[in-house]
Amino acid sequence: MSKYLLNKFLFMVDRDAELVERYRSEPRELVAWWEAECANTVLNCHTGEASTWLRFDDAEREALATHDHVKLFELGAHPFLTLTLFIALFERDNTEPLEYQKSYGARLAHFSMPYPDIAT
Amino acid sequence: MASIVAVIASTHHPFYYRASTAAGEDRPPFADEWTRKILAFRETLTRARPDVLVMVGSDHFHQLWLDNMPQFLVGKAPFYDANWYNEEREFGLPRMLLKGQEDLSGHILRAGLDAGFDLAFSNELRIDHSITCPIITLRPEADLPIVPIYTNIFAPPLPQPKRFVQLGQSIRDIVESWPSHLRVAVIGTGHLSLELGGPRQFGPHGPDPEFDQRAVEWIANGDLDECLREVTLDSLHSPGNATHGFMDFMLMMGVAGAGVKADYVDTLDLFHTMEAYFTWYPNGAPT
Repeated sequence: MSKYLLNKFLFMVDRDAELVERYRSEPRELVAWWEAECANTVLNCHTGEASTWLRFDDAEREALATHDHVKLFELGAHPFLTLTLFIALFERDNTEPLEYQKSYGARLAHFSMPYPDIAT
Repeated sequence: MASIVAVIASTHHPFYYRASTAAGEDRPPFADEWTRKILAFRETLTRARPDVLVMVGSDHFHQLWLDNMPQFLVGKAPFYDANWYNEEREFGLPRMLLKGQEDLSGHILRAGLDAGFDLAFSNELRIDHSITCPIITLRPEADLPIVPIYTNIFAPPLPQPKRFVQLGQSIRDIVESWPSHLRVAVIGTGHLSLELGGPRQFGPHGPDPEFDQRAVEWIANGDLDECLREVTLDSLHSPGNATHGFMDFMLMMGVAGAGVKADYVDTLDLFHTMEAYFTWYPNGAPT
């Protein structure tokens, strides 16, 4: 299990407008492409150096591929990263202010303290 | 030596810019009261006539990332671009360019390292809304040079609360030992109780109004003893999952000094969080 890699996916997709749209429209394809092409990118290296060992486990891959933010919370993905990206994906469908944000919180209502550990 | 003409601690709410500039049907019902409070708060900085702003905030996974995460970082650059694509997208924040005060950055780094803080530094730092929100609220002209200081309140493992206080106390001493005639304001932003991405987010008020009330009293009275007794890394989970941002308020209490009451205190109970605004004048209130 790699909370770090979940966070890296959320972080990299969130900062790229094109990837946000691909993740909204074709999440399973985008997750598979990202894991193959981007997961091992060392972000602080400008020459394209890469790691060799980063991959999702099945639960992580499925949670991302199904836009399952409740599962991501359970897995310990960083809540700020998940929320920010999912607002980008779905706030546009709101029919009233904060509609998506409130329903997002409501879907997490079964969690009580302490929340899943987010330390990486 | 330089003088600290104001110490300011505040929440940073990324919705303020859009709310305060919206008109007609788009203007939320709370915008007028919020704007009035911000204009009064802004006046507390304007009256102090600062030349330089030391800005304490926390990067929200923009430039600083988990592959290389500093606990405390000082910017040292002639300019700072500001705000990011996802902050434009979600909050409507404008792109900004702020001048840096490199001499003071260098002084803080050297003196901070010598005082026992292993500060990281950045010569090319794009800052985010934790620093631009208080620029927008307190100095919208964005005309003063800054020294940005980032703290990690976001990606555990985090430094202990007392370390934030100690850094604030050191920043006070270090700025006051800067060989300069310039007038410095130290401004830091954090949060009271706050939940983001969890079940208690975006409620009718902050997730823990009782914590907020106690926190405002600690800050207003400079009650560091009680605050440090009550606040631990573990305890901060309870008021809301993003409440570790309160440690930036604790850092600012360190700058202001133990037992020193704030000269200006104001709050605003908004949906999903309480806003709070504090100003101290270490050399007496400006006339």
